[in-house]
Amino acid sequence: MATINELKESMHSGSSEEIVAEYLERIEKSKLNAFITVAKESAINRAREIDSKGEKGMFSGIPIAIKDNISTKGIQTTCASKILSGYVPPYDAHVIERLKEAGAIIIGKTNMDEFAMGTSTETSFYGPTRNPWDMERVPGGSSGGSAAAVAGGEAPFSLGSDTGGSVRCPASFCGIVGLKPTYGVISRYGLISYANSLEQIGSFATCVRDVTMLFDVIAGHDSRDSTSVDRIDTHLDARTYASALVNDVKGLKIGVPEEYFDEGTDKGVENSVRDAINTLEELGAKSQIVMMPHTKYALSAYYIIAMSEASSNLARFDGMRYGLRTEDSDWHTTFSQVRAAGFGDEVKRRIMLGTYALSAGYHDRYYLKALKIRTLIKQDFELAFKDVDVLIAPTMPYPAFKIGEKIDDPISLYLSDVDTVPVNLAGVPSISVPCGFSGGLPIGMQIIGKHFDEAAILRTAFTFEENTDFHNKTPEGM
Amino acid sequence: MITKKDLEHIGWLARLELSDDEKEKYTPKLNSVLDYFNELDEVDTEGVEPTYHVLQLYNVFRDDEPGIGSITQEEALSNAPKKQDEFFKAPRMM
Repeated sequence: MATINELKESMHSGSSEEIVAEYLERIEKSKLNAFITVAKESAINRAREIDSKGEKGMFSGIPIAIKDNISTKGIQTTCASKILSGYVPPYDAHVIERLKEAGAIIIGKTNMDEFAMGTSTETSFYGPTRNPWDMERVPGGSSGGSAAAVAGGEAPFSLGSDTGGSVRCPASFCGIVGLKPTYGVISRYGLISYANSLEQIGSFATCVRDVTMLFDVIAGHDSRDSTSVDRIDTHLDARTYASALVNDVKGLKIGVPEEYFDEGTDKGVENSVRDAINTLEELGAKSQIVMMPHTKYALSAYYIIAMSEASSNLARFDGMRYGLRTEDSDWHTTFSQVRAAGFGDEVKRRIMLGTYALSAGYHDRYYLKALKIRTLIKQDFELAFKDVDVLIAPTMPYPAFKIGEKIDDPISLYLSDVDTVPVNLAGVPSISVPCGFSGGLPIGMQIIGKHFDEAAILRTAFTFEENTDFHNKTPEGM
Repeated sequence: MITKKDLEHIGWLARLELSDDEKEKYTPKLNSVLDYFNELDEVDTEGVEPTYHVLQLYNVFRDDEPGIGSITQEEALSNAPKKQDEFFKAPRMM
């Protein structure tokens, strides 16, 4: 599978139009259902324009796939929901503006769990996406389409969003690299909110360098997102994350939180991640066990907070300004019917649980309690990072499961997120990289860093990649 | 325990009309999730401050004038399922 630098190289003798046409053809023949909307015409036109002008941006002429909850001016953006079917944003998200400035071409909008609520991309109104490694299995979620598109050779890189693992989980299940940055580093302007205190836009690619190049382009302050970080004491606007890509981990201190290797963890996953830590030790890093005693409670706290925020964020979908509208009755009935007809089961369940957790009489017991536990989880990380530079743990407790295997049992599906959600509660950065296989399915390990220390996790991931070849394996026929 | 009657009340608060079938289907599932959440009762959070946000947030002010990020009236109305002249058309209040 071609890397970004290889594609840039090939453009010297060929053209952007040829590259875009090649990816479009693969999408057309594909059975993965990775895309909801393919922007065929606009992509080809833009490629021709770049070819004729000879534009020389960072990504000039390179196609990119975008998760369908990121607003793209003039291209349908549905959040994989019936309620937004046909919605065409009148503006671009900040990350899309940045990508366009760099010359990237949007090839299409990718499938996802409806409103990013899921771990398997099965709750999409547009049908499930399939895993390129095994068509009977899920690609992970909620950014399953973006990950499957990259793993299946339908896009060289893509954007997703990570609220509780939605970039790292599908990266792990599809055998690619996925980065969730520190909260606040990338503007959420134009990202359709699900749980705004937890989510960040993240990037997917087949190698650490490509993920980093993409991150360099989209990171930075934006005044339209009040949670976007503007700090002169960090290198946030220097756009030099690529300088962290050094093949060297000598003296790096790795923390291993044993709580992330509990009895629910697949043996193949556990062995691969421990082997990977050994590999890094052979390269000069040192590892030690760290205690993160509140990890066990992260899942409940995460779901209560995410559902509560969702119940508020999704109140805007009322059929007035955009989206589905049913037959008009009185004010209250019309809105209730629009939402009943437009949302799927999982979205309705989460809105109801969130509404309940915030309602009079239950607010302190659920929502406030979850926020206090969030403080304890954050303190676990702060304490661990006093002694170590990065934490390494499995991204997911097991490899990709079968389509239909967990969807009818919410708790069993939620439990899949046990290793990813603490990171979002604390707002720290984490990258998932391929580190092995179990039963022919890829396994990912996550490297977690301190707030704003993307450099440390990128360097660790890059060094691991340079000294192993898990990332070079591709699904059969892809 | 959430009862079917509680679910109707939550549906009203959330502006979600629920069919009888959905009420049957959702009640046990929501209760199983709430049962799971009850594990948090065992954590002592006495004296612990809540974390609403991981970053130190501060208010961002700007002059009340159209600036970056503003769209035209035509663009704002471009996705409206029902409109009249230059207005969104809402259902009647009563």
